[in-house]
Formats: sequence, structure tokens, C-alpha cells
Amino acid sequence: MNIATIKKRLTLVTKNNQESTSRGDAHTFWAIVQKEFSDYISSWRIIILLAIILLTCVGSLYTAVTTIQDAANASENAEAIGRDGYLFLQLFTMSDGTLPPFITFVGLLGPLLGIALGFDAINSERNKGTLSRLMAQPIPRDYVINGKFVAALLINSLLFFALGLLVMAFGIIILGIPPTAEEFFRIIAFLLLCIVYIAFWLNLGILFSVVFRQPATSALASMSIWLFFAIFFSMIINLVAKPILNSEAIASLDDAIFRQELIMNLQRLSPNYLFSESTTTLLSPSIRSLGPLTMEQTVGAVASPLPLSQSLLLIWPQLTGMIAATLICFAIAYLLFMRSEIRA
Amino acid sequence: MINPIIQLENITKKYDEQLAVNHLSLSIEKGEIFGLLGPNGAGKTTTILMMLGLSEPTSGSISVCGWNPTRNPLDVKKEVGYLPDDVGFYQHMTGWQNLIYTAQLNGIPKEEAEKRANDLLQKVNLVDAADKKTGKYSRGMRQRLGLADVLMKNPSVIILDEPTLGIDPEGVRDFLNLIRQLNEEEALTVLLSSHQLHQVQQICDRVGIFVKGELLASGNTESLGKQLFLTAPFVIKVIANPANETLIEKLKDIPQVHRIEKVDNVLELYCEEDVAAEISKVIVESGSALYEIQKKDFGLDEIYHRYFEGGEKDEHRHDKKETNVGNEK
Repeated sequence: MNIATIKKRLTLVTKNNQESTSRGDAHTFWAIVQKEFSDYISSWRIIILLAIILLTCVGSLYTAVTTIQDAANASENAEAIGRDGYLFLQLFTMSDGTLPPFITFVGLLGPLLGIALGFDAINSERNKGTLSRLMAQPIPRDYVINGKFVAALLINSLLFFALGLLVMAFGIIILGIPPTAEEFFRIIAFLLLCIVYIAFWLNLGILFSVVFRQPATSALASMSIWLFFAIFFSMIINLVAKPILNSEAIASLDDAIFRQELIMNLQRLSPNYLFSESTTTLLSPSIRSLGPLTMEQTVGAVASPLPLSQSLLLIWPQLTGMIAATLICFAIAYLLFMRSEIRA
Repeated sequence: MINPIIQLENITKKYDEQLAVNHLSLSIEKGEIFGLLGPNGAGKTTTILMMLGLSEPTSGSISVCGWNPTRNPLDVKKEVGYLPDDVGFYQHMTGWQNLIYTAQLNGIPKEEAEKRANDLLQKVNLVDAADKKTGKYSRGMRQRLGLADVLMKNPSVIILDEPTLGIDPEGVRDFLNLIRQLNEEEALTVLLSSHQLHQVQQICDRVGIFVKGELLASGNTESLGKQLFLTAPFVIKVIANPANETLIEKLKDIPQVHRIEKVDNVLELYCEEDVAAEISKVIVESGSALYEIQKKDFGLDEIYHRYFEGGEKDEHRHDKKETNVGNEK
């Protein structure tokens, strides 16, 4: 078949589509998103989770603010501290030890939110008998899963931008120091990172909601994966690391660096680790490298914080890795859903 | 000539190695109510899903409203309303909201959708419950809301999968009347699957009997009887006293009588033609007292019993008949 006929066919097909369902398609898709969005907003589990996240963030913000204020009061030249120390960013990372800082909370509760948004996306529709009714409507099948994903992502982005901007606003009011443009963009980048991270857990939840028929099973499955990475994974890595990093076995410097990097890369298999690595890099510009550095490498380096572009470059692999994991989860969920039988 | 609105040709569906639907051919005319009748697990739902393009046939071709559901599922779904057997609604939304959501998915403009929703709620008699959350609906109400939901898109065909399951008798009657009414008023084509024969018999123009993925017979109830029991389409029930061997022998001499089953004083004669008059004559002449003679109608119930009970063990059916006759003698 030559290209001309294919082209003709294609234009014919698109014309047909335009005639029949030109505006309707986008319209119905957003109808689904809208419905899912309002479902989430009005569902108790999301409200409770949002409340918990909000409370913990307020708590950590409070401790950060008091710590910063104490430090500022103790110092003679408060303005200098603000300029050099990226004081504003410390709102997110600082803590006096009573409560973990903001980023730790987000790293811990974010996955829970993602799982809560995703774990019963498909199987609850199936169990309530609404899926077959939905499938009998003139909508492409993927609208259902895409719509749910988009709605959950919207909730997630909305929440984190609101939260981030709120923290910034409080910071300005309480500390009286406006963020610099760089700090602002770092925070925005941090928020985007949070959204990607939570999107990963959301997609994991959606994947399990396609695989398992019972919402309880998929919730438990996703939570156990979360627990595994949050608690046990680092323990296991420590266990593995002990013999590898045994000083007696290390023969040379290269060997030592190699072993160190091996352990790090093993840790990087965990999305939690990737997230904490990249958030700390983003919010602490003084971090210059994520791997071990030899003395030779640091010789001649200017001891100043990195600019945003360099920090981003530093975490680029982490970021792409996380996005890839997110997409893989979604792709598997999508494929399984498209191929699944729609009968009750 | 009327073109069939639903046409299935030689459809086969295999799940792994199991044959769910086996070389099914079926055509449904515009404006009729067709009943798909069969026991659970006969492949009714599979067939329906294939008509909607929700499941792909292993082989064969389907045409619904002129479209191939496998290739143009959206065009088919625009024309066809489907009520699944256990229809569910979003429980936190009211009945009215559920209908509006369906309208949105069908791309119906808002004002029109609201008008239609109100009309349909009136039609299915749910106006009072329109603002109640569907989680609180009873089974019968859900089913009626399901019908309204199916009609939101203004379909030309509606497919109802076991629509009367789990509703009380009164509710079933109302529901079936509603379907009949819709069929008459709006020239809707209705395909209805069920294993409840009386109901199917009440409203269907034609019935297809479906067992183990095969369509055994189709037609109206009368012709079904003939199709399924070619040899003895009539059953005449006789109560006579004494109903002894000589009487049975004499009755057997009537050429149209195929076989006789005896339970106490009640005789059931399976005949080729309606020979009630002759039977009564024979009985009276033989000196027995005739208490009752009754022509048994071929309700679907009868068909069901006679067919499916045998259908379970298809291959033995023939033998069983023979032995019965033997016993009678």
C-alpha cells in the first residue's frame, strides 16, 4: 500500500471522528475527571489524610520557625545569616529535634496519600457494578483509568502547591525575610518533585487496583510495599553493606570508592531514597555531590552553594528514574486494564 | 423488508480451552422484544458483551445497528443501552446525579440532560427518590433507575441482562410492563436475557433458547414447542379411573399418541396432534370413568423442564425416552 492511500485514509478517519465526536470526546473526558475529583474531595479518607498532612506540616513549620528565630536572635547579624544560609529553604529542612522537618513528613505521608488516592480506583468500580455500566457508555475504555489518574494527580498537585505556598507565606510573615528568586524556584522544583514522588505511589495503587479484585488486598499490598521501602529496605541494605564495606577486605582507594558507590546504587533502588536524596539536594544548596568525593576532587573547588541549575543536574538521574518508575507502573496498569474482561 | 438490527453469524468465543459460545447465529429485527433464555452459565452474558464490543469473539461476525462492535465499539454504544445483571450506581450520588453523569458521558448538553432525567425518573416512577443517594435504594429501585439510565442516551436498542433478578413479583410485573410500553411507544428493540421463563414468556415476541453456548431453537413460544419436541408437541393430561394396563394399551393404539406416562391415575399422553376428543372417546368406551381431560400448554416452563433437564445430560436424553416407554408397557 502506498503512502498516499494511507494518508487519505487517515484524513478520512480523522474527518469522521471530527464530525461525530469532535468536542464531545474532550468534554466527556473532563466530565470523568470532574466527577472523580469531586469524589476524592468529598471522601472521608482523603479528608482525613489531608488533615493529617496539614497538621504535621504546621507542626514542623512551627519547630523550624522557632529554631530559625532562636538562631537569628543569638546571632548579631541576622541579615547575613538570611542571605548566606538560604534561610528560607531551611523552613522545609530544619528541625530542633522534637518534630521531624517538613521534607521528612512529606516523604513519609506522601506515599500514603498516593496509595489512598489510587488503591481502589478500578476494583471498587468493578465491585459496585458501575464498571460495566460505565463501559457501556460511548467512551473509550482508557478514559476511565486516565480520568482517575488525572483527577488524583490534580488533587495531589493542588494540595502540594497550596501547602508549599502556604509555608512560604507563613515564612514571610513570621520571619520577615522574603525568599530570593532562586529560593522560590528551588521550592517550586521541590514541590514538583513531591508531586512526581506521590504520583509514583498513586500509580502503584492504581496498578494494584487493576490486579486485585478486593480493595482491601490492593490497599494492603501497596502499603506493604511502602512499609518495605520506608523501613526494611534500608535495614537490608545495611546488612548487605557490612561485609562489603569491611575495611579489611578493601584493597585500594578505587576499590573503596567502588564499594561505596555500589551500596549507594543499591539504596537508590528504593523510591524513598531517591526522593530524600533529591529533596535534600534541592533544598540544601550546599550539597555538592551525592557520591563519595576524594580529596583530590575537592581540591580547588570553590566552597560556595551550588546554583539551582547545578543542583538540578545533580539530581537529574534520580528525577528521571522516579518519573520512569511512575510511568512504568501506569503503563502496566493501563495495559492490564485495557485487556481485562469487563464482566462482573 | 426490515433489516435485522442485531445480527450474529457463527459466533464462537473460547476462554482458554472452554467454549463459552459455540457457533451462534442469531438475528433480531427492529422493534421486537427478543428473549434470550437459558440456565446460568449458558453464555448469555458473554454473547451480550460481544454485541457491545466489550469482549471479542474468537471467530464469527457481529453487526449491531450496522456497525461491527469489535471495530467501532463507540458507535455501537451510542445506539445501544446496556443494563448489566447486577447494575451498580455511585452510592454517594443521588439517582438524579447518576443519570446526569451518564448524560455527560454521552455528550448530551446540560439542559437536555436535565429534562430527560426528569422525564425518565417520572417514567420509571422514581421521582420521590430522585434526590436520595443510590446507596439507599432497594434492588427494585436500582433496577428501575438502571432502566432510566439506559434510556438516557436515547438508544435504539436496549439490552437487559437478567433484569428481573431479585425483584419481588409485583415489581417484576411493573418492570416488564414498562419495557413493553417502551417497546410499543418508542419502537425500541429490546433484547432480554433471563432464566425466568414466565417473565420472558409474558413479554417477548420471540425467544431463543440457549444452552452451553449453543442456540437450540428460536421463535415464538408456540413454534418453540414444535421445534424442540418435533415428535410430540402436544401433551394431554387425563385423569381416569381405573387407569389400568388395558386402557393404556388401547390409548396407545391411537396412531397420533407417541408415549404415555402414568402417575397414579393421571396419564400424560404425548401426541403428534391434538387428539383430545379421540382420547376421551377411547376412555369412555373402555368403561373407565373420565374425570378430567386437559390439554397442557407449552409454557416455557414446560419447555424448560423438558429441555434443560435433558439438556444437562444431552446424550442420555434419547435413551431415557425409550426406557420410559418401556416401563409404561
